[in-house]
Amino acid sequence: MTSTILWTILILSGLGLVLAVVLFLIAKKFKVEEDPRIDDIEKALPGANCGGCGYAGCRAFASSAVTAPDLEKHFCPVGGNAVMKQVASILGFEMREKAPQVAVLRCNGTCEARPRVNTYDGLKSCRVKASLYSGDTLCAYGCLGCGDCEAACTFGALHINPDTLLPEIDETKCTACGACVKACPRMLLELRNKGPRGMREFVACRNLDKGPVARKACANACIGCGMCLRTCTHGAIVLENNVSYIDFSKCKLCRECEAMCPTGAIHGVGFPKPLDKEAVKERIRKRKEEAAHE
Amino acid sequence: MSKITFPIGGVHPHDSKIAAQRPIEMLPLPPVVYVSMAQHLGAPAKPVVAVGDSVKVGQVIAEPGGFISAFVHSPVSGTVKGIAPRKDLAGNPVLHIEIAVEGDEWMEGIDLSDTLVTDIPDDPAVIIEKIKACGVVGLGGATFPTHVKLSPPPGKKAECLILNGTECEPYLTSDYRIMLERPKEILVGAALMQKALGGCPCVVGIEENKPEAVKAMRAAIEELGWQQKPVRIAVLKKKYPQGGEKQLIAAVMHREVRSGALPIDAGAVVQNVGTSLAVYEAVQKNKPLITNVLTVTGKLLPAERQHNYLFRIGVPLSFIIEQAGGEPDGAVKLVSGGPMMGKAIANPDATTVKGSSSVLYLGAEDTVRKEASACIRCGRCADACPMGLEPFLLNRLCKAGDLEGLEANAVQDCIECGCCLYSCPANIPLLDRIRIAKGQVIGAIRARAAAKKQ
Repeated sequence: MTSTILWTILILSGLGLVLAVVLFLIAKKFKVEEDPRIDDIEKALPGANCGGCGYAGCRAFASSAVTAPDLEKHFCPVGGNAVMKQVASILGFEMREKAPQVAVLRCNGTCEARPRVNTYDGLKSCRVKASLYSGDTLCAYGCLGCGDCEAACTFGALHINPDTLLPEIDETKCTACGACVKACPRMLLELRNKGPRGMREFVACRNLDKGPVARKACANACIGCGMCLRTCTHGAIVLENNVSYIDFSKCKLCRECEAMCPTGAIHGVGFPKPLDKEAVKERIRKRKEEAAHE
Repeated sequence: MSKITFPIGGVHPHDSKIAAQRPIEMLPLPPVVYVSMAQHLGAPAKPVVAVGDSVKVGQVIAEPGGFISAFVHSPVSGTVKGIAPRKDLAGNPVLHIEIAVEGDEWMEGIDLSDTLVTDIPDDPAVIIEKIKACGVVGLGGATFPTHVKLSPPPGKKAECLILNGTECEPYLTSDYRIMLERPKEILVGAALMQKALGGCPCVVGIEENKPEAVKAMRAAIEELGWQQKPVRIAVLKKKYPQGGEKQLIAAVMHREVRSGALPIDAGAVVQNVGTSLAVYEAVQKNKPLITNVLTVTGKLLPAERQHNYLFRIGVPLSFIIEQAGGEPDGAVKLVSGGPMMGKAIANPDATTVKGSSSVLYLGAEDTVRKEASACIRCGRCADACPMGLEPFLLNRLCKAGDLEGLEANAVQDCIECGCCLYSCPANIPLLDRIRIAKGQVIGAIRARAAAKKQ
């Protein structure tokens, strides 16, 4: 009995030893040389595997970055500048800082502002709805409210507000990965630079219809009146196809356009104080008077 | 009567041809018409008139915007009031020409008499040229320009012209009415198309639930003295989608159109009976495609309010609804086309187009979707699919976003007939998802083909 146990232990241990040696030798012979920096970079990355950088995941990003001549085409929007600084130091590259961005919704067609004219009972998906018709309101450009963006967001930063049926973006969670931008069939989500302290100014409408039509469809629509264009002193506003757009690289966040907008289509987010429209209008009036004097 | 049908799949919805006994009535002229520039498959037409121009009935107001495109003619006489985007049936902006109606003055050379002209031009090119100039498009639903379909690419030959008189969609009766009221014109139209295709035989496919139409068409052949000519009537089993192009070819010719191929590859050209009538009017009467027949129907309408209207293309739907006595109580959905493949009318102010075939009112019971539950793998969708696809599998692949898997399982062959959705006991929105995936896969296939060419 004892000898049987002893023999079993001996044979198994011996077999284990021999196989270990074989495995060791094979591992040595067929060793794959991999750039150790790939592992380092992967460790530095957030590990969200969201695909926001344009690569299949963090590992794919890392292995592509080590062979790249510079970091021009590699930027992790989730980790932002802090992570990219680490990546650049691992690879010994110069790092060009990018302004932090955040997703904004270019539609403010709430249930109150945009009356529903029909009922949609098909599959609850914006892409399906957009392929069938212009939607359950008179606006053929606005948010469809089925939540494709919410489903696409891997960070839980987007939620459809049940009262307005519009997505709301939690800027503390938004990493500007751009998944929602791709998911929206109406191209309503846009990544915009966060200004100082997160301040940003944008036109929350993409309705290309002429003013009266747009207004009839939605009380909050941009009617393309050009008031903002005439007010802006920084040349940041483009008015094309009956809708304004604020170029965030030129916008100085003075909020004059927001004060002058007759429909409230221009939104300011992240400002410390609420906008005092009258004061801003007064300021513009005075400036114009002075200009007239000269 | 031998009954033939397509070999796989299909469903049997109740045919509900309530408006079948109502003769075709002439719809009065509205004060304003809006003529859409995207009434056909392919590139939108380009307007050739300007605001303020006065036009006559039948005058060309827009020319083709590409190879697959068609002429558009004025359906009324009057003054062009505007050329601007206007919302279509689905609410999407499309370029329209707005014409204020003044009198009813027709272009010279259009024969408005009822006399039947049976002399067929000798030159096929003349026939095709006239069809093109008159803006004739397929009236079975897809509105594919007819002159393109009648000019097979070199190396391919039409072996059979199939006239589609199946009208397999429930409720619709416009094709039925024209087969009853104008069978001889339809047959002459078919003879013209046979000539254009180089003298192939012609089969008129009619579903068995329209025995009167079969009788009328057969009588017309006799009256024309065409018993010896290569034209015959085929009675088809009542089964949806009998009128699908590929299904009809399978039923009549016992041939299958390969995946990705066109009917002409199987030697077939399929034309709707309405198209045949339009061809007759274009070639023999010089009359462009400016009128069509449309059914106003639905279970909610009493018998005397069911209508088959001969309308001028461009009349707003709201005008037709008003003429037919307004919306009935209890209607929750307005559909243009049949209940299986028709499109819901999101915008009743939209205008009629060449392919408009009905205004159908549906009540809550017929249209409101029940909540979807989990797939129980009963396989009814696969049994029902007339293209031999597996909708339950495609649905799963769509959810996973597996485009390669979708292509391998031939999602691009889907004809969007809705049999899967109709047969699903779990009310899963199969077609909704599959339609999107089909578009994506076809896009990917085209992109690949374009890359290969370069």
